[in-house]
Amino acid sequence: MTSTVAPASTALRVQARPAGFVVDVASVARRAIRQIPREPEAVIPALIVPIFFYVLNIGALSTVTHAAVHIDFKAFELPVAVVFAVTGVSRASALVTDIQNGYFDRLMITPVRRLPLLLGLMTADLTLVMALAVPVLLVGLALGVHFVTGVPGMVVFIVLSGVWGLVFTGLPYAIALKTGNPGAVNASFILFFPITFLSTTFVPKEALQGWLRAVAGVNPMTYILEGLRSLVSNDITGGPAGPVWNFTALGQAVLAIAAFGAVSLTLALLALRGRVRRP
Amino acid sequence: MNEPAVATEGIARRFGDFWAVDGVDLEIPAGEIYGFLGPNGAGKSTLVRMLCTLLRPSRGRGLVAGHDVARDPEKVRLRIGVALQDAALDDRQTGRELLDLQGRLYGLRREERSVRMTQVLRLVDIGSAIDRQIRTYSGGMKRRLDLAAALIHDPDILFLDEPTTGLDPESRAAVWEEVRMLNEEHGTTIFLTTQYLEEADELADRVGIISRGRLVAEGTPEELKRTVGTDVIVARVENLTDETLGALRRLPGVDEVVAAHREVMVHAGDGAAVMSPVALALHGAGATVVSLTLRTPTLDDVFLQLTGSHLEAEESAARAAKTAGDATAGKDTAGDAADAGDARSPRDDAGSEPAQETHAS
Repeated sequence: MTSTVAPASTALRVQARPAGFVVDVASVARRAIRQIPREPEAVIPALIVPIFFYVLNIGALSTVTHAAVHIDFKAFELPVAVVFAVTGVSRASALVTDIQNGYFDRLMITPVRRLPLLLGLMTADLTLVMALAVPVLLVGLALGVHFVTGVPGMVVFIVLSGVWGLVFTGLPYAIALKTGNPGAVNASFILFFPITFLSTTFVPKEALQGWLRAVAGVNPMTYILEGLRSLVSNDITGGPAGPVWNFTALGQAVLAIAAFGAVSLTLALLALRGRVRRP
Repeated sequence: MNEPAVATEGIARRFGDFWAVDGVDLEIPAGEIYGFLGPNGAGKSTLVRMLCTLLRPSRGRGLVAGHDVARDPEKVRLRIGVALQDAALDDRQTGRELLDLQGRLYGLRREERSVRMTQVLRLVDIGSAIDRQIRTYSGGMKRRLDLAAALIHDPDILFLDEPTTGLDPESRAAVWEEVRMLNEEHGTTIFLTTQYLEEADELADRVGIISRGRLVAEGTPEELKRTVGTDVIVARVENLTDETLGALRRLPGVDEVVAAHREVMVHAGDGAAVMSPVALALHGAGATVVSLTLRTPTLDDVFLQLTGSHLEAEESAARAAKTAGDATAGKDTAGDAADAGDARSPRDDAGSEPAQETHAS
C-alpha cells in the first residue's frame, strides 16, 4: 500500500458511477475467464473427446474412405475435430448457477448494463474455444496434416472455428436465461448432434445419399466444414487442385456462421431481455 | 440531506391473486436504522426486492434516495447497497476477487477499490480467508463477506434482508456490531428486515411491524411496547403497609398499584419516569425494599396484540419446517413465489439448495 489510507472514521467517500460498457464487459469476462481453470472438469473433456474421436476416426475410417472416395482423411477430419472441440462449450451452466444461488440478482442490483452480463460471458467463451482449437490443430499437424494456406490459413482456421463456437453458445445461453434450469441447459447439448452429424462430417457431399444429402445441403455446418477444409487443402477430394485461397468456400462459411448467429444470438438476447426485465 | 432515504406510498406487489405486499407507507429519514419485523411470508423480502429495483411494484410508489424505484432504477442502484437473504456469492471466487469485481461494476478506479477494500475489511473482519475461495467459508463468514460486498461502493442506504437468519449467536453479535458501527461512524441509513425481536430491539431506531403484507404498527421499540400497555415496576418489600400503597398511588404518572403478598406492582405509562419517585416514596414510607425492577412489555407482546399470534411461535414453526428439509422454500420470497404460482419470480430455486451452515472455517 503506497498511499496513506485514511482511518475508518474519516473514510474517503467514493462515488459509485456506471463503469461504462467496455469496462462492464471486461469485468464480467474477467471473472468468467478466471473461473475456467477452477473448473477443469468442464474443460478437459471438451479437449479430450474431439482428439480421441479424431485419432479414432482417421485410424478406423481413412483406409475405407480413401478406397471409396480418394480423400486425405486426416485433412478432411481435422475441421470436424475442431468443430467438436468448440461447439457447445459455454458458461451457460455457470450462468444458471448464478441465477439459482442469487448471485445474478446481486449483479442486477449493481449499475452494470444488462447486455454485458451476457457479452462478458461470451467473451470468455470465445477465448476458451480458441484456446481449445489450438491443441486440436497441433495434433493434426503432428499427424502430418499440411495447411496449403500456411500459417495465415491456420490463424483463419482458429478464428473461424472460434467464432462458430461463439455463435453456437447463443442456444445454451437462450435456454439458460429462459429457464434458469441446469437440466435444460445440459439437454441443449442434444442440439449438437443433428448440427454436427447431419452434414459432411465423415464423407464429402458427393458421397452423401438421399435425405441426408438434402439435410446436409441446408445445414450451415456443411458450409463451415467446407470453408475450414479449404484452408487445409485445395484438392482434398482428390480432384484437380483449385486456388490456394478458396474465397467462395470461405465466404460461404462466413455466411453460414452469420446466419446461424443471427438466429442463436437473437434468441439469447430475447431471453436476456426477459430475464433482466423486472418481473 | 432533508429528503427521506426511503419513502413509499401505498407500495404493493401482487403475485397472481396474492398480494404479498398490500399497500405500505413508509418514511425513513437519512441516518436511521429501520427494522422491518415480521414472520416468514409476511412480505418483508418482497418489499426489499421492490426497493432495491429487482421487482416492480404492482401499485403505489417507492422513492429511494429521492429516486423512483420504478422509473429511475439506475439512479437508485448507485446509492444503495444490498445484502439479500441468502448470501448471494460465487463459490469459485476468492473473497478478494468478489469484492474487486463488485468495485469494478460500481465504476470504482483501481486506487478507490484498493482503499475501499481496506476499509470494508476493517469493518467486516474476514481475516486471511479473504484470499481463499468462498466455498471454504462458514455461513457466518459468507454473510459478512456479503455485507462487505454490499458496502464496497460506500452506499448511502444499506438494505439487509434478514442479515442474521441461520447464524450462530456469536456471528449474529458480530453482524450487529458491524451494522451499528456503520450507522454510527458513516451515517449510513440501514433498512433491515428481521424475524428476530431481539434484533429489532437491539439495532433499530424505529421498527415497522408487517403482517400479511401490511404495516400494522410503527414506532421506536419503546413506543411500540408502550402501546401494548403500561410498564410495570415490581417492588419486593419486607413490611408492606396501606400507607406505603397510598403513597405510591398518589404519585403522578402512576396508573395502578396492585399488591400481592410481599410484591407491589406499579403500573405506569412511562415506567422509567416514575422509577425514582417510586423508590423515594417507598423510602419515605419506611418500607424495606428487597428488589426493585422495571419490566417493559416486549415486541412480542406488541405483535401478539396486533396480529393475534406470537411472533416467536410463527418463527419456531417456520424453523421446524426448515429443518424438516424444506430448506429455502419456507422463506419469504420463495413462499411468495409459490403462492403466485409463478416459476420465474422472484427466484427459481425454491428448495433446491441445502442450508449452508456446515462448512468449518
